[in-house]
Amino acid sequence: MLCDVCKCNDATVFLTQILEGKMQKVNLCDACSKEKGVQDPTGFALADLLLGIGAAEEIEKGAPTQRCPVCGFTQADFKKTGRLGCSACYVTFGEGLNTLLKAMHKGTEHVGKLPQRAHRAVELNDRDQIKQLEHELAS
Amino acid sequence: MSTAGEWLRGEGPHHQIVISSRVRFARNLRDRAFPGWAKKAERTAILDLIRPRVEELAEMEDSFSELLQDLSALEKQVLVERHLISREHAAKGVGSAVVMNRRQTLSIMINEEDHLRMQSIRSGLQLKQAFKLVDKVDSALESKLEFAYDQRLGYLTACPTNVGTGMRASAMLHLPGLVLSELINQVIQAVSKIGLAVRGLYGEGTEAMGNLFQISNQTTLGEKEDEIVSRLTKVIETIIGKEHDARQVLIQKKSNTLWDQIGRAYGVLTYAHAMSSKEALNLLSIIKLGVDLGTFPEDRRLPIDELFIDTQPAHLQKTSQQKLNAEERDHLRAQIIRERLKLFPKPDISKMAEESGNGATAGPSNNE
Ligand SMILES: [Zn+2]
Ligand SMILES: [Zn+2]
Repeated sequence: MLCDVCKCNDATVFLTQILEGKMQKVNLCDACSKEKGVQDPTGFALADLLLGIGAAEEIEKGAPTQRCPVCGFTQADFKKTGRLGCSACYVTFGEGLNTLLKAMHKGTEHVGKLPQRAHRAVELNDRDQIKQLEHELAS
Repeated sequence: MSTAGEWLRGEGPHHQIVISSRVRFARNLRDRAFPGWAKKAERTAILDLIRPRVEELAEMEDSFSELLQDLSALEKQVLVERHLISREHAAKGVGSAVVMNRRQTLSIMINEEDHLRMQSIRSGLQLKQAFKLVDKVDSALESKLEFAYDQRLGYLTACPTNVGTGMRASAMLHLPGLVLSELINQVIQAVSKIGLAVRGLYGEGTEAMGNLFQISNQTTLGEKEDEIVSRLTKVIETIIGKEHDARQVLIQKKSNTLWDQIGRAYGVLTYAHAMSSKEALNLLSIIKLGVDLGTFPEDRRLPIDELFIDTQPAHLQKTSQQKLNAEERDHLRAQIIRERLKLFPKPDISKMAEESGNGATAGPSNNE
């Protein structure tokens, strides 16, 4: 079994953590477990382990003391869980998240499905502009 | 819900090697706390908002719709073993629900890690078909619910690893040939280098039980849904080819070992009186390979495939209608297998040699 963090060494440390009723399993190699200080299982950031080294730190960089205005989530909560509080957290912690997403994904921008609402918004914009143009031409 | 869904009985393309294909979308409501962060009252309010919209979908006519708090631990575990809900969802109580269609090809979890997890599961290699169904259901729901969506980041999810498409496409593969010829780790490494993940369905790497592996996309941002699906489909087709090649080599160069393995699996399964889940999966895998290679008649395929699910712990307890300890389960498991294999003919090695020409051309192609 490979280490979840470096994904190249064989895992020798197997951790199970119960967090908010959810079981999280993390497998680490010797080197990574030492580096992360998981000899003390209460002292490590799950965000780092689940999302890669430095994930927790990245978020802190972006918004050290910030709290999401919509859901009250803080970066400390992210550090603990590796999850966000609500969709608005993506704006609140945007700066730190961007670095994280870049390292995590193939690209930095969504190129897939658009919701109908977004389609309509684009059309609506076009229509508004046409109206505006008509208005200008008429006057 | 008394029997397993169509995905297990189906005869999808490449069904000898690809057990099932799954596509799931993660969706959330705009500006509402994600299920893991929401207080109980908000979670319940979100559930009450979403559940009727899901139940009224045309695809969900005559559906099975249950609150997680109303399901027993055993019922939840049965759904997990049928891959209809996740292990995480089974751990949920108040404020979560599951809605699924009668054919068990579409299942929607409400308040799992995200507000909505919609998944379609099909027999064989049918990722495109599974994708189409989930895509349709998603479009129908988004006309009634406001999903969290960002122009740049796409669909917003509780975990940043799912942001963008929110899509995870995966297939469950049976790869005994690659495991027996010790090529599986090479395949796993090659696949992980191209942004896909392979893991043992139960256990990891060469220790994967039942030689069952799950392959899925790792990333969700920066690639279109249909591109992810076709890329994954192509990689799976390549793995199918490698698995057939490995089986050919085994037949040609290690036929004695192969024959020995099939004979031993048959012997133990037909005569054992106690069997762990792990041993059962591993031996059933070899018998399944035997059916693929023609050493057992083709009409024995379904009873074997069903045993993979029916010998799982919760399914055993459901059959016996009582709580069983590990020892009792092992006995019951062995008993069920013996009964099902009663009418099973002995392995016929001469048939295996005849079938050896079948190779990579077996199974219809899924290119459309
Ligand atoms: Zn490591
Ligand atoms: Zn928030």
